[in-house]
Amino acid sequence: MEKEILIQELVKIIHKNCKLSVEEIATMLNTTTVAVAELIDELEKDGTIKGYGAKINWDNVKGSNTVTAYIELKVTPQMTNGFDRIAERIYQFPQVTSLNLMSGSYDFGVTIEGDNLKEISLFVSQHLAPMESVISTATHFVLKRYKNDGVIYAGLPEDDREAIS
Amino acid sequence: MRDIKELINKTVIETPPSGIRKFFDLAAEMDDVVSLGVGEPDFVTPWHIREVGITSLEKGKTHYTSNAGIKELRVELSKYMKRRFKVEYDPLSEIIVTVGGSEAIDLFIRTVVNPGDEVLVPEPSFVCYKPIVNFAGGMAVPIETKVENEFRLTAEELKQAITPKTKVLILPYPNNPTGGIMRREDLEEIAEVLRGTDILVLSDEIYAELTYEGQHVSIAEIDGMYERTVIVSGFSKCYAMTGWRLGYACGNKEIIRMMTKVHQFAIMSAPTLAQHAAIEALRNGDDDIAVMREEYDRRRRVIVKGFNDMGLTCFEPKGAFYAFPCIKSTGLTSEEFCEQLLMSEKVAVVPGNAFGESGEGFIRCSYAYSVEDINRALKAIERFIKKVK
Repeated sequence: MEKEILIQELVKIIHKNCKLSVEEIATMLNTTTVAVAELIDELEKDGTIKGYGAKINWDNVKGSNTVTAYIELKVTPQMTNGFDRIAERIYQFPQVTSLNLMSGSYDFGVTIEGDNLKEISLFVSQHLAPMESVISTATHFVLKRYKNDGVIYAGLPEDDREAIS
Repeated sequence: MRDIKELINKTVIETPPSGIRKFFDLAAEMDDVVSLGVGEPDFVTPWHIREVGITSLEKGKTHYTSNAGIKELRVELSKYMKRRFKVEYDPLSEIIVTVGGSEAIDLFIRTVVNPGDEVLVPEPSFVCYKPIVNFAGGMAVPIETKVENEFRLTAEELKQAITPKTKVLILPYPNNPTGGIMRREDLEEIAEVLRGTDILVLSDEIYAELTYEGQHVSIAEIDGMYERTVIVSGFSKCYAMTGWRLGYACGNKEIIRMMTKVHQFAIMSAPTLAQHAAIEALRNGDDDIAVMREEYDRRRRVIVKGFNDMGLTCFEPKGAFYAFPCIKSTGLTSEEFCEQLLMSEKVAVVPGNAFGESGEGFIRCSYAYSVEDINRALKAIERFIKKVK
């Protein structure tokens, strides 16, 4: 298999399930464990693989009261480095779990997590809104998570096939 | 009144139930069974296809369709057959839409088989051919295919089975339960044997889209085979649409016309809802097939390696979604193996002999499961064979 295709297949597999062993992935891709291990190593080093984590439905974790908000941010881009410098100042906050530059009616889409509504509101009013280049913010709280990163959270369908057919 | 049993058709009474059924009943009584036993995809029908089905209901498309199926669907089928398998069929006269591929098989057999006609059935193969031939008054003649040929039908095996009474050859490839396929060169050899004869071919290509490492070749593509071949297939396996019950047959217009007559009296028309969804599947579903095929292919490698690693020799299946490992090294028969495996490890697989005597010594293991499920089942099977060896 061509390296480019192999990489595409590999990242698809581990994006879906990073618990698989190198041996299993090698079998699935019809290649050697050494090849897979080297490739993963390479992808980790060049920053393609940014880490490994489970997909958690936090609503099911007892004692976890994480609140998530999505904030639409309008800003005035700066002359020299456009949006990048503003982005840098936003993503440094640990509360910010994702940050994207958007097309359309606002500029940045910011996802923020906090322990409660108040904490998030305070974060927006104390850190985001007062930033020099920020023109306006609109905060939307997540009420229920149905699907995240390709995984359906709400009412997972069970395998309803007969055991033998 | 006499005993009801005496009033039932003798052939029906005497035809043994499917060997799959017995294990189904056993497994159904147990909780937490880890199964590699199913013959259907684990995927749910892609949403865009389901959505068209739902919309058709909303629009009140709740009536019969024409007997042979919605014209638009037959036009799409005709394009699909040309696009995917390089065979051309006239949508108006050479295609019929049926209730699953199974009905298409039944229709064909009832349409062409006279009492006493012989129908050649390569085995191991899907359980329905023999009973359907029996019900039609024909004689099913099994041809035992061999693991050393990766369960392909060879020209020699075919030659030996042909008699003056032979009416039909059933060609069940890609094969359930073995995963075996027929390559172009294999089909050329079969065609060579058939060319001088009047034998018809029923090519059951329901798993055609699930062919790995190469493209499926239909026998209808081979020189001189088109006019004698009826292809049956369906939407169940490739689009994960088993529950919609939709299949089709393509072939000679005289045969299709007569099959439509039988269908008209027995069925009327295939489910309207499913026909509308199928149009969407054919128009916009090629990518869905590719994604599912890729996923099955990965699982295929995992399961085949798993069996070989634990000492159950398993040839590489190139089609469908089954592995067919040999269990002779355990000293158990297929049925003993499956029964004991189910009782001791709660893992359900199907004995190879359920698909014909030549399946004895093998088990059918489906890989229409997640890699995690496959690995769980493989571990349990490995524990089991360590115990029995």
